[in-house]
Amino acid sequence: MTTTGKSWGPLHPKTETTQPAERLAKTGLPRERQLELYHFMKLTRMVEGRLGNLYRQGKVVGGLYSSLGQEATAVGSAFALEAQDMMGPLIRNLGSMLVRGVQPREVMMQYMAKSDSPTGGKDGNTHFGDLKRGLVAPISMLGAVIPVMAGVALAGKMQGKNLVALTYIGDGGTSTGDFHEGLNLAAVLNVPFVLIAENNGWAYSTPVAKQMRIRNIAARAAGYGIPGEIVDGNDVLAVYEVTKRAVERARAGAGPTLIESKTFRMKGHAEHDDAGYVPKEQFEEWRPKDPIERFERHLLGNGLATEDDLKAIVARIDAQLNEEVDFALASPMPPPERAFEGVYA
Amino acid sequence: MATVTYLEAIRQALWDEMEQDERVFMLGQDIGTYGGAFRVTAGFLDKFGPERIVDTPISESAMIGCAIGASMMGLLPVVEMQFIDFISCGFNQIINFAAPSHYRWGQQVPIVVRGPAGGNVHGSAYHSQNPESYFQHTPGLKILAPGTVADAYGLLRAAIHDPNPVLYFEHKYLYRRLKDELATGSDGVVVPIGQARLAREGRDLSVITYGAMLQVALEAAGRLEGDGIDLEVLDLRTLKPLDQEAILATARKTSRVIVLTEEQTTGSVAGEVAARISQDAFEWLDGPVHRLCCPDTPVPYSPTLEEAYLPNVDKLVAKVRELASY
Repeated sequence: MTTTGKSWGPLHPKTETTQPAERLAKTGLPRERQLELYHFMKLTRMVEGRLGNLYRQGKVVGGLYSSLGQEATAVGSAFALEAQDMMGPLIRNLGSMLVRGVQPREVMMQYMAKSDSPTGGKDGNTHFGDLKRGLVAPISMLGAVIPVMAGVALAGKMQGKNLVALTYIGDGGTSTGDFHEGLNLAAVLNVPFVLIAENNGWAYSTPVAKQMRIRNIAARAAGYGIPGEIVDGNDVLAVYEVTKRAVERARAGAGPTLIESKTFRMKGHAEHDDAGYVPKEQFEEWRPKDPIERFERHLLGNGLATEDDLKAIVARIDAQLNEEVDFALASPMPPPERAFEGVYA
Repeated sequence: MATVTYLEAIRQALWDEMEQDERVFMLGQDIGTYGGAFRVTAGFLDKFGPERIVDTPISESAMIGCAIGASMMGLLPVVEMQFIDFISCGFNQIINFAAPSHYRWGQQVPIVVRGPAGGNVHGSAYHSQNPESYFQHTPGLKILAPGTVADAYGLLRAAIHDPNPVLYFEHKYLYRRLKDELATGSDGVVVPIGQARLAREGRDLSVITYGAMLQVALEAAGRLEGDGIDLEVLDLRTLKPLDQEAILATARKTSRVIVLTEEQTTGSVAGEVAARISQDAFEWLDGPVHRLCCPDTPVPYSPTLEEAYLPNVDKLVAKVRELASY
């Protein structure tokens, strides 16, 4: 699927939805690992479901962001990383963070601005990081994480850590200066870096056609002299495989890769936004391509899991989330004096 | 001890740090083979190699962002802006990524962004700026502006080892004009960040200043001795965090203060210094705190225009006489 020198495919490739056996990308992942993929995609969706409840109960003090429909991109790509690798997730990459070991209670407390949240109430949503788990916190200015993660990759190379740095950008975020500067610098310095452009059709209310005149973001890779790949972002196995190839390439010293993940944002920009500007047909086109349902059909149709197996996974998550929500709710709000602490290291 | 220029002191600080600590490395435009636009890094590529002297594309935002990422991984990057005017192209990375990082999520960002600032070399609007006040407003940053050879050396060494993002504004007018003796290497003296220095003790009136204006203040002090006016000169050296104690001490001592800086006046660091004195030393004052800065115009090119624009010894002497007789 390397795009360099080839003609570009359709904007959103048609995926087959024939029941019962979903034909996803070929993978060498054993059954147990595939069930982990399912667990993390389902966990992502169910955490966001609980967050939606907390939001409607007035417990979330700021905005709430969802990755509904995009779980496969986050989970599949994070799954392709090794323990020493570093990642800069964005607002629609909760799944990536969960794969890296973030606990649902941490995210819930962040949204509810609680004292025990990873930032102690100083910042919200998924805006937190933890280098021990390989996570760099993003900022709201899109594109800014790209050069930062290029720097992480550069340091890893200088320190001989054999690590790969990976981050994400949306279709809208590719219009920023930092996208160009960061990807170009990473390419010129030949650092072990992977950038996943999640093309979900919409940047807030702005469609892709108003961000760029090209059909495929991956085409931009040619401008930096690096490979550009296009992947069906709703096929978790395809996302995993394409990321794994890029990660291996980077680790071998061959430099960065730009991966375009074709997917769709099934909600508004944030919880307050009903996405009334998105034509209904687009939702209707993408609903049958739901990445979790497709993966369920793959698991069931290929004899990798039974209905009961999947129900058991969901039940375990449900029980866990009951505890996570209780824990998060019990955390107090931060003491006011904390507002003045920690400006300097 | 050898006599060195202000520029050589900066070069020596970088050299000593790179020699003593392998975590230190540099990112910049034309810093390798060419040795930097002002030759600050001449010879560095041969000594330290391309892994630690990293030539970059013309991408200030990516250079600073890349340094931020590398610093999180335990390295100590120093980013050279070819002229400090171009720091505006990396503004977002500094004020939104680096500065609030420790407050937001407890992550240190020990980067240094340094480069030639200031005018009086006919560099016009984009090679003469003093951008400190853009950053003075941003919590989490430290800002340094050395006005002596010893501080050029000692503050840069301190900056590299500070766990916070530090902006280091070196004045290009002083690069080859200012000379002094300097101990280097293991005898080199690190200057602590956050401490102003009393450059001249005096009774009658305080001039609070930094950078190239320090020399203007000292020259004016010499000229005013004949008039029986004894100037005190406080060199701020660190602009953020300001040395509140030293500022208030000199204001309370002489009761008359001029804040002399090379910034445009409105929204300047000088304005912040004046406000602090007015708020916390009001009852000691015998006259208004005066900001002697540049007018609110871009930096002009022609020597006659630039002379009109910049503060100088004549302008300071006139202002001192005016305030002394207030």
